[in-house]
Amino acid sequence: MAELSSQLLALKEIVEAAKTAIENATDAKTLDNVRVEYLGKKGLITGYVKELGNLSVEERPLIGKEVNLAKQEVAGLTEARTKVLAEQAMQAALAAETVDVTLPGRNAEVGGLHPVTRTLQRIEQYFRQIGFQIAEGPEIEDGDHNFTALNIPESHPARAMHDTFYFNAEMLLRTHTSPVQIRVMEEQQPPLRIIAPGRVYRCDSDLTHTPMFHQVEGLMVDENVSFTDLKGILADFLQAFFEKPLNVRFRPSYFPFTEPSAEADIECVICGGEGCRVCSHTGWLEVLGCGMVHPKVFEHVNIDSEKYLGLAFGMGVERLAMLRYGVNDLRLFFENDLRFLRQFK
Amino acid sequence: MKLSENWLREWVNPDFDVQVIAEKLTQAGLEVDSVSPVAGDFSGVLVGQVKSVVPHPDADKLRVCEVDVAGDALLHIVCGASNVREGLKIPVAVVGAVLLGDFKIKKAKLRGEPSFGMLCSAKELGLAESSEGLLELPEDAPVGKDIRDYLSLNDFTIEVDLTPNRSDCLGVAGIARELGVVSRTNLTPVKINEVAPAVETRFPVSVEANQACANYIGRVIENINPAAKTPLWMQEKLRRSGLRSLGAVVDITNYVMLELGQPMHAFDLQKLQQFITVRFAKPGEKLTLLDGQEVEIAEQTLIIADASGPLALAGVMGGEASAVTAQTTSLFLEAAFFAPDAIAGQARSYGLHTDSSHRFERGVDPQLAEQAMHRATSLILEIAGGQAGPLTVVNDKDALPETPQILLRANRIKRVLGIELEAAEVEEQLTRLGLEVTAIRDGWLVMVPSFRFDINIEVDLIEELGRLYGYDRLPQTRPEISVLPGTISEKRLATERLQNLLVDRGYFEAITYSFVDPTVQQHFADSDIEPIKLANPISADLSDMRHSLWPGLVQAMVYNLNRQHDRVRLFEVGRVFRGELANIDQHQCIGGLIYGDLKSEQWAEKNRKVDFFDVKADVEALLALGNGKVEFRAESHPALHPGQSARIYQDNKAVGWIGALHPKLNKPLGFTGKAYVFELALTVCLQSDVPKFSTLSRYPAIRRDLALVVDNSVVAFEIEHCLKGIESDILKAIQLFDVYSGDGVELGKKSIAVAFHLQHGERTMTDDEVDALMLQITRKLQNDLGAMVRT
Repeated sequence: MAELSSQLLALKEIVEAAKTAIENATDAKTLDNVRVEYLGKKGLITGYVKELGNLSVEERPLIGKEVNLAKQEVAGLTEARTKVLAEQAMQAALAAETVDVTLPGRNAEVGGLHPVTRTLQRIEQYFRQIGFQIAEGPEIEDGDHNFTALNIPESHPARAMHDTFYFNAEMLLRTHTSPVQIRVMEEQQPPLRIIAPGRVYRCDSDLTHTPMFHQVEGLMVDENVSFTDLKGILADFLQAFFEKPLNVRFRPSYFPFTEPSAEADIECVICGGEGCRVCSHTGWLEVLGCGMVHPKVFEHVNIDSEKYLGLAFGMGVERLAMLRYGVNDLRLFFENDLRFLRQFK
Repeated sequence: MKLSENWLREWVNPDFDVQVIAEKLTQAGLEVDSVSPVAGDFSGVLVGQVKSVVPHPDADKLRVCEVDVAGDALLHIVCGASNVREGLKIPVAVVGAVLLGDFKIKKAKLRGEPSFGMLCSAKELGLAESSEGLLELPEDAPVGKDIRDYLSLNDFTIEVDLTPNRSDCLGVAGIARELGVVSRTNLTPVKINEVAPAVETRFPVSVEANQACANYIGRVIENINPAAKTPLWMQEKLRRSGLRSLGAVVDITNYVMLELGQPMHAFDLQKLQQFITVRFAKPGEKLTLLDGQEVEIAEQTLIIADASGPLALAGVMGGEASAVTAQTTSLFLEAAFFAPDAIAGQARSYGLHTDSSHRFERGVDPQLAEQAMHRATSLILEIAGGQAGPLTVVNDKDALPETPQILLRANRIKRVLGIELEAAEVEEQLTRLGLEVTAIRDGWLVMVPSFRFDINIEVDLIEELGRLYGYDRLPQTRPEISVLPGTISEKRLATERLQNLLVDRGYFEAITYSFVDPTVQQHFADSDIEPIKLANPISADLSDMRHSLWPGLVQAMVYNLNRQHDRVRLFEVGRVFRGELANIDQHQCIGGLIYGDLKSEQWAEKNRKVDFFDVKADVEALLALGNGKVEFRAESHPALHPGQSARIYQDNKAVGWIGALHPKLNKPLGFTGKAYVFELALTVCLQSDVPKFSTLSRYPAIRRDLALVVDNSVVAFEIEHCLKGIESDILKAIQLFDVYSGDGVELGKKSIAVAFHLQHGERTMTDDEVDALMLQITRKLQNDLGAMVRT
């Protein structure tokens, strides 16, 4: 029995030595060497099993059991240590790949739409939702579409007020988007709902005028549209455009192609109606002109004005963009300064 | 139209302040642009009289005055004005007064002489922009009275921005009528008495152009005092309406025009020959106008003439020769009705715009001339004396504008305005406006007075009812939908999609003027393009319509390069204008420009300058959004680098250009470095196909690569084109992936590597069929292009 206990003692020492060696292994290769040294075919623990032949039949199961336990223990420790080392190696590799995440990304700058386009898109989106289609017309127009068909005959004072660019006696740059109304009604029969965005031109240039600017024209022709509908459509639009409840005021005005005619003012979006430089201390900002289509305009395009009524409106896009974005100088829109354009990304 | 609050209140005096008046007028459609005080902000200025004037002992230009302001004692005041004299009545700022700009008047010493106040000029009181000497007050001005009260300076000028239809409001009387209606206040118009003739003198008048002048009234006034002064009250009213005082007679005619809206003209009777006639001009007639310019009169211009020739452009401006001067003692006064059609456009054709033409071309009440004549006569007699002759009236009642009778239907009011109006309200409002209303079944018959040129049809009456009801009181409604939603075509992209693509690729959108500088545009002139020119450009550098988007984009680039930007990417969507005026091509284009580094400056990668293939990639991306089947052909363009430019074709039709800007443009356009540009007809990029599904193959795909050696002159397109001729149901895609010349490739040749992606839809391919196809490809390339396969 002394033999047995000294053998068990020695086994214990081997296991202890194996534990130390496992713990001291700092890489996968060393650890594998340790495994081979103790658990390999000729390993120190495996060696014990071979010596079991020297033991008595009673002793054999006892020592056999102990050796198996020792094997399992060392194998378990090796496996655990392998995981730890793998984890450490992964951590080290990751640490080596650390980047400064606060550095900017590999940069390709995204550009931006012009604020006029941005504004036009907002207007178009709104009116599309309520069933309006987009219409277009030429920018070099004839006097008939730009004036005569809109009930502005030759020598009408309103013609003089338009500061028209001419090419010759007949051809001109359209002074408003209203001729698109005529072009649409020449082609299509009511009911109609269109808006016509685009460039317009006036021979005028100073702090508050550029010789080219943008308008959006709107036209709706149907059997039952009235001035109260016009008010409703435009008040709804203005509130949606500015994304806030706004006071909207309609004032009588005059356009040869509408009757009744009105101008719409909104409560000044800069001062909230208190009065400031932008609204000339009136608290109101004029934003669009509108009215019911004049019977003479219908007559010109052969639409029966007894059966149909029409509402029409026109708005200045730069004006709306200036108010929406707080731009204080109209001329900036056409200088295309990148410092300006970048602000509308 | 400018008028003062006080003047308006003489005619109608509602019980609210000037701001409310302005608000009410604006809401009635007479938009008030401004309400501004008629004098500066000052206090403590009294009417004074100079009692004595002695020279200042120590200053040549100063005088020492004793001034009476009805105080306890005379004021000792030093004054430098040249018109100071004994007996003169002037405004005196006494010690304690505060003048414009918070300037306080204190006891002072001027060159040793004490001074207790200041004698004032019109400018110092904010009554004029500039003035010479002291403001001389009338002899009957009450000494000691506060000047603000004496001159009624606590008044405001109301500026009304009238729309061209409201000619009836181009006088105090008209605006008062409107204010009376909207405030439901009765009018207190000035009383106009008929002035009976005191002498029998007449001057003969004939009207040849009776359609253009259906009513002409003339009258002689003799023996007026040529030295008569315009009374201060009248000068002040004129000033508050924006008119300068030009002598008593002219001031009176202007006054009547402002008051009633009737333009008038006074001729110097002594300068008229034999008779007055109203006719159209004869060829070659000339006239020197009041403003000194000599004009050649066109034949369609209506004139007033005498036996010697033209005297005045009717309703526009008088002539210099027959004008009233400081020596005039007899007048021929004119008040007429000139038809708007006859006057419209006339003033403008001579580069003129006068108060008279402004009114006549919009329409002056034909019934007004006689009243105005009496009003002016009585003012002249009162101010300048003299004796008036009888009226000479030449009229043709048939040629006067018709006063329409209009049927107004109650249901039409509802259809247009959207609300029903009470019959009583309709009748009351129209009657207040001066219309005669007769109720009939389901509506009214309405007679329109002669002063309302803007009311001709039913809807004009409905507008009147709407605005008087108050646009703000009308409800807001939402129309019923009877329009079907439009179909959304998948065969056409939205322009927005193209814009967004370029934005995402780093471009900023520019909007440049459609007219450009011809000296810039000439560099971009593509062969035979003749630019379309404006007849009246705003300036020489904005005088040609653009035929390309490039001039504007390049100018915008240069603008930014000059402002320390070194990387520029811009695009624009807009029309270009080509062809003849009779047959204009004004299609929309999308164009872009890139300049500088490929990426904005950064730490991560080595940067490089952009080149042709960067801009081409952007164009290909644009085209890839739609069905984009185009062909790039090496062609030269005057603005592009001859070795780096391509014209873009679709179905053999030229649709655009792409390339590097020609280096010869750097100097004239003012920049260094390379810019790459493109321009495409917008519709080409918008065409799209509805996607069509095809079954996915479950069988393996393989790739075979070929390295082809071809002559340098063979372009990629030719290889692509050649390979398109291969018919095969397993060849799915071809991709060019390398271009090489140099070591290992014969001089004058290049190696192009192409990948072939093969797959069969229903089975696995056999080696034999793949080999057969590759052999077919190699042979075709060899036959068509002389390409050798490099091994």
